Amino acid sequence: MALAAVAAAPTREIKGGELEVDGVSKLFRTRRGIVQALDNISLRVAPGGFVCLVGPSGCGKSTLLDIIAGLTRPDTGRVTADGIPVTGPDRQRLVMFQESALFPWLDTLGNVLFGLKLVPGLTRRQRIEIAMEHLRLVKLERFARANIHELSGGMRQRVALARALAPDPRVLLMDEPFSALDALTREQLYDDLQDIWHARRKTVLLVTHNVREAACLGDRVVLLSPNPGRVRATFDIDLPRPRDINDQAISGYATRITAVLKSYYAPEAVL
Amino acid sequence: MTAETVKRAVMATAFFAALVGVWQLMVWSRRWSPVLLPSPGSVVEYLRSAIADGSLPEATLVTLRRLLVGYAIGVAIGLPLGLLSSAFRFVEDTMGVLALGLQTLPSVCWIPLALLWFGQTENAMLFVVVMGTTWSVMIATDTGARTIPRVYARAARTMGSEGLDRWIRVVLPASLPFLISGMKQGWAFAWRSLMAAEIYVTILSGFGLGQLLHYGRELNAMEQVIAIMLVIVVIGLLADKALFAPWERFLHRRWGTGEGVR
Repeated sequence: MALAAVAAAPTREIKGGELEVDGVSKLFRTRRGIVQALDNISLRVAPGGFVCLVGPSGCGKSTLLDIIAGLTRPDTGRVTADGIPVTGPDRQRLVMFQESALFPWLDTLGNVLFGLKLVPGLTRRQRIEIAMEHLRLVKLERFARANIHELSGGMRQRVALARALAPDPRVLLMDEPFSALDALTREQLYDDLQDIWHARRKTVLLVTHNVREAACLGDRVVLLSPNPGRVRATFDIDLPRPRDINDQAISGYATRITAVLKSYYAPEAVL
Repeated sequence: MTAETVKRAVMATAFFAALVGVWQLMVWSRRWSPVLLPSPGSVVEYLRSAIADGSLPEATLVTLRRLLVGYAIGVAIGLPLGLLSSAFRFVEDTMGVLALGLQTLPSVCWIPLALLWFGQTENAMLFVVVMGTTWSVMIATDTGARTIPRVYARAARTMGSEGLDRWIRVVLPASLPFLISGMKQGWAFAWRSLMAAEIYVTILSGFGLGQLLHYGRELNAMEQVIAIMLVIVVIGLLADKALFAPWERFLHRRWGTGEGVR
């Protein structure tokens, strides 16, 4: 596997990574009764596409991401990845969580190596090489031996990104990965993520409640409404890349999306 | 060695010197009979002679062997049981409840039963130590495994870590802080149960520290009693440093804990 060489190359071919969500519904039983988290959701992400799911809290966007990741089973409907039904987690669809979910008992390099240990056919040296390539990709190679608690929030999310990219998945699922970061760190990560996405040609599905962030990063923004979670609108963001979050055109898109979003905040929907 | 370490060492030494000083003053005041309150010098003299005639090193070895074997068995049973009861409701409802109950039972209470089952043998000793260790280790492990943030297991699953791999590479290391404190607690319980057993039970296969303590009382040799108590305390401290300190250092370095509220 010539992965190490590929990681450093500027661009590469898209190889698969198509996602198809078809009529997915999910109910949750809580003490207060049954909550319809997702109601008949359908959407498609093209190979190498970047789709952002936005919506207010409680619209089920994280549940949808879990279902696509294979961590949760839908009640009805199905998800296919490159035509194959999703029945459980798979190394082709790696997840970045809101809290970095890095393992505190491993150092930075150990965290990036974690998933690589389960990729068959790699020697120890190749694994370390690939892990270091990805730490370079997120500009943290100097911190390979650092403990997780010594890293800042932004650095942790970079390590989490390196960890998710290292096993070379086709799809990257991101669950509000920037929401706990300060504005400056976040803007830096927007740039980095766009660079990396451009270089590595992954399919990305990013969940966020930040409309501006969605407009800045996505080819397409899918708007979900709560109670029950439904797809309400889809916006194609037709802007050249790399994009800057402070760009006027992005503000324009964000304003339009926010206007639609607000109309779904029916009084009974606000918990 | 920094000035800070020197300062801490000096302070600690001064503290213990002061303790011995107060003790010596109490002896000099002659308010208590030397039979009840022996002088520090006589305790040191007993230690010297007991080391010289080999009785103290031998008793220490006998005790440590019982302790280490019993503790190892207790951990080997308690740790997997704790993991199982955190994972399977059936084990939680059966062994978990049993462990909770037996943990509250002072391990001295096992001695009559152990004597009837095993007679005055090494096995009776081991049984008491194992019973004293297992349940607290099991409960600490169970608590530890339950406290792991769910996101670790989820992240591991997405990266393809399932089953045994997840247990070994995620659940065990993630609960390490609890495992260490559980094993420390188990160690303390093992030490206490063994001393109780040795004081109550005479076993012909070897005299341990507890038996020396017991005979010190029978012979009215208070300097022997105090000397043995000192040895027991020092062994406890050394065991803590040798067995657990390296793990705790690793833990604090990795997790960034251990500074307390300073």
